[in-house]
Amino acid sequence: MTGKRHPLFMPSIFVGGLIFGAGLAYSQMARPEVVLSFLQLKDFGLLLVMGGATLVAGLAFQFGSRMHGRAPLTGTGYARRTDVVDSDLLFGGLIFGLGWGLSGICPGAAYASIGIGNFSILIGIAGMFIGAYCVGLWKSKSLKPTQPPARKPSTT
Amino acid sequence: MELFPHGILHYAIGGLLIGLGITVIYLSTGIISGASLFLESTLSYISKLPRIQSYADSRDWRVIFVLGIVCGAVLFTLLTQQALWTTAVQGWRLLLGGILVGFGTRLARGCTSGHGVCGLGSLSSASLVNVLIFMGVAILIAQVVQVLGVTP
Repeated sequence: MTGKRHPLFMPSIFVGGLIFGAGLAYSQMARPEVVLSFLQLKDFGLLLVMGGATLVAGLAFQFGSRMHGRAPLTGTGYARRTDVVDSDLLFGGLIFGLGWGLSGICPGAAYASIGIGNFSILIGIAGMFIGAYCVGLWKSKSLKPTQPPARKPSTT
Repeated sequence: MELFPHGILHYAIGGLLIGLGITVIYLSTGIISGASLFLESTLSYISKLPRIQSYADSRDWRVIFVLGIVCGAVLFTLLTQQALWTTAVQGWRLLLGGILVGFGTRLARGCTSGHGVCGLGSLSSASLVNVLIFMGVAILIAQVVQVLGVTP
């Protein structure tokens, strides 16, 4: 993804983010209280949000991966997101669940939360950077500086 | 018991918009973008750790993506003339929760959008396993927190 990029690459990423963020605000997922009301099983709206988003994205991925074309701004082919079940995926899910249940915050919704004026979310985002850095510290021990990571996801 | 005491329309429309944002980026660039990798790719500006540097390639556009997310929420707030809103969730929960969320999502290579929306949308069974774990654990913990009398 480095080197000369199409002039519309960054604008397209920005517009995609804009719609994504507006959706997080519109659905109120940018409010930790509303996420918590789902986790406390008082309001199941979060499932509608995730379901709707998954449906639209899933249709796009199906459509894309059946078209044997290439994306106009990068020339890369259309793939779907793939991953494997390993101890990192299981343990990571467990730790994420602990944090999500405690606070009601997750990365995308936290970024959008800044945009609705919830500046105290910056404490949570600072925490996320600390947590991500700890993964970097831990996982770098098994990585030599010149060696690429075991699996380099382009999709997360 | 009412499943949706606050209605369903804003949830449905918001969800469709989230999916549409992912679709715009996917169809124009081929990229399937979740939200949590931004944490590690942005750290690559200041950390030389090999694992973190391995995400440096995408760090510039991921900053733009997150700027877009913030601006999208600002746009919504302006257009609907909503007052600025602040969470009542305590700082210690945001900080501790944030650390666990950052650690868990990056270890598992995805979050609510990466494994949740994008992984489930890709019919990835690995993502389904991850989502079931984090959602199950989160529901359990949220109940415990509630029973302990911590609100909201």
